[in-house]
Amino acid sequence: MGIDWQTFRLTLALAFAVSVILILLGLPVAYWIAFSRWRWKFLIEAVVALPIVLPPTVLGFYVLVALGPRGPLGRWWMSVSGHSLAFTFSGLVIGSVLYSLPFAVQPFAVSFSAVDRKLIAASATLGASPWRTFFRVIAPLSIPGFIAGTALSFAHTMGEFGVVLMVGGNIPGITRTISIDIYDRVQAADYAGANATALVLLLMCFLILTLVYGLNRKPWVMNPLNKTR
Amino acid sequence: MSAPSTNVKEILQPSPLEDDRRLQGHIQKRLAAEPQDFALDLEFDAAPGITILFGASGAGKTTLLDCIAGLSTPDAGLISVANHVLFDSSSQIDVPVRHRRIGYVLQSLALFPHMNVRQNVDYGLPHLPASERRQRTGAILEAFHISHLSGRNAREISGGEAQRVALARTLVTDPDVLLLDEPLAALDAATKSKIIEDLREWNRTHRIPILYVTHSREEVFALGERALVLEAGRIIAAGTPHEVLSAPQIETVAQLAGFENIFDAFVETVSVERGTMTCHIAGDRGGILLETPLVRGGVGSKLRVGIRAGDILLATSRPVGLSARNIVPGRLASLEQRDVIVSARIDCGVEMEVHLTLAARDSLQLSAGRDVWLVIKTHSCHLMGR
Repeated sequence: MGIDWQTFRLTLALAFAVSVILILLGLPVAYWIAFSRWRWKFLIEAVVALPIVLPPTVLGFYVLVALGPRGPLGRWWMSVSGHSLAFTFSGLVIGSVLYSLPFAVQPFAVSFSAVDRKLIAASATLGASPWRTFFRVIAPLSIPGFIAGTALSFAHTMGEFGVVLMVGGNIPGITRTISIDIYDRVQAADYAGANATALVLLLMCFLILTLVYGLNRKPWVMNPLNKTR
Repeated sequence: MSAPSTNVKEILQPSPLEDDRRLQGHIQKRLAAEPQDFALDLEFDAAPGITILFGASGAGKTTLLDCIAGLSTPDAGLISVANHVLFDSSSQIDVPVRHRRIGYVLQSLALFPHMNVRQNVDYGLPHLPASERRQRTGAILEAFHISHLSGRNAREISGGEAQRVALARTLVTDPDVLLLDEPLAALDAATKSKIIEDLREWNRTHRIPILYVTHSREEVFALGERALVLEAGRIIAAGTPHEVLSAPQIETVAQLAGFENIFDAFVETVSVERGTMTCHIAGDRGGILLETPLVRGGVGSKLRVGIRAGDILLATSRPVGLSARNIVPGRLASLEQRDVIVSARIDCGVEMEVHLTLAARDSLQLSAGRDVWLVIKTHSCHLMGR
């Protein structure tokens, strides 16, 4: 049977889209978690962390219900675009973003929290706005967490199964990802194809993690700005 | 013994020209702390030049600076610089930190570790055109003698250099006030005085109020000028170092509790410029006179003098060539061994207890009735009000 490269393209596209969205969504959420003094903050932290402990099928079920034509999001999407979100690539992206949210937010938030508050205070006394403080002080010192969070979101989305199965189903070229493909092949007793596909996925995930840890080596971590100048 | 904080204004008389550049205000702030809650409640007024804020750790010095800089919000009060209000609880004014124009060198210095020295120093000047930024940064690096470090990473320089960079980084923004939180605590005296000299030189042309926090007595005297003494959240004295530093030397009852020798005394003479005074302790044969550190209160004030038995030296002939100021003749009344300490009672007009080691007793061949001299350093005399 050989490897179905279409599922690879689809999975990579999904992981890429999810990572980009998680950077845009996760950074502000992480910033808020790291710096807010709101007393009920822990509730939000708990909600963000839920996907770590929740079975993917449970999360996927709720996402499916919400996206379906009777769910609020699904109904709204239906009225805007004229078709349903469930069993589409967009629906898959939404489900995956929720599923991988903690894998982006937590490393981001941890690295933001690790920035010495005195540096942030010094920046403010030097007249810097919160934006300037973020881009010149907090962000450069949080690069390791940023890399880790992005890579984990990417790798986690690459390998997800339960949410995809619930939300996306198994439509070739639209929602059939690598892990679904492997499952199908095993069901169909195509062990050689399953083996080849699984091996490629394994190598890709290994490559990504190697890159993360390679980039997070000490000299790079300690001196990110001087390296680029 | 605490002076009301309203005295601050009278003591720190400004020259009329500089009146409008003052840092002024009053602050109230409660903080939850161990072992008991802490309340900052004080009034301050600093003219251009260095004003020293002196106090033990936990007196509220950093909290005060944080409130002035805007990093911490007072419960109530008013803070103004050059008659421009930065904080006013009654009219809900609270200017954000970045718009206060208050330079603040934190105790940790907080240099940006991912930037080199030049990037640190020009951090506060993003709004300037590149050429002016280069020029201003270059000038301040020059003024603080750190031009040669400009390409070095902030983590690769010495403590004294880091201090200079932190000062330059703050002063290049041309602040209206400079707050320094124990900036030189970790430096040796020579490095320290050079940096202070550069800071003074800079301020000769800029004339801004500089609030300099320290818990070191030596620094207060070294920096001269004006000092405020902060204790338990209140300003208890304001004036020149000599005037104010006497105040915290007054001990509390608890601090004197372990002293073997405690006497009632009267102040006979006061020498403000030397920082000493003489106290008379009543007793037989006219009692004794002791030179003690200067404390608040003039001639004739009633005090209590405490001297630890272990702080007194005992000599069997009249000692000469000593730095100690108090040499008191007396007669050994009794000797008593307690474990490995020998407690000697000496009649010298009053009865003093002196502690010796066994070896000292043996080599001096002490016995009751012998003429002895007691040697007591000025600063071994601890004073308490009564």
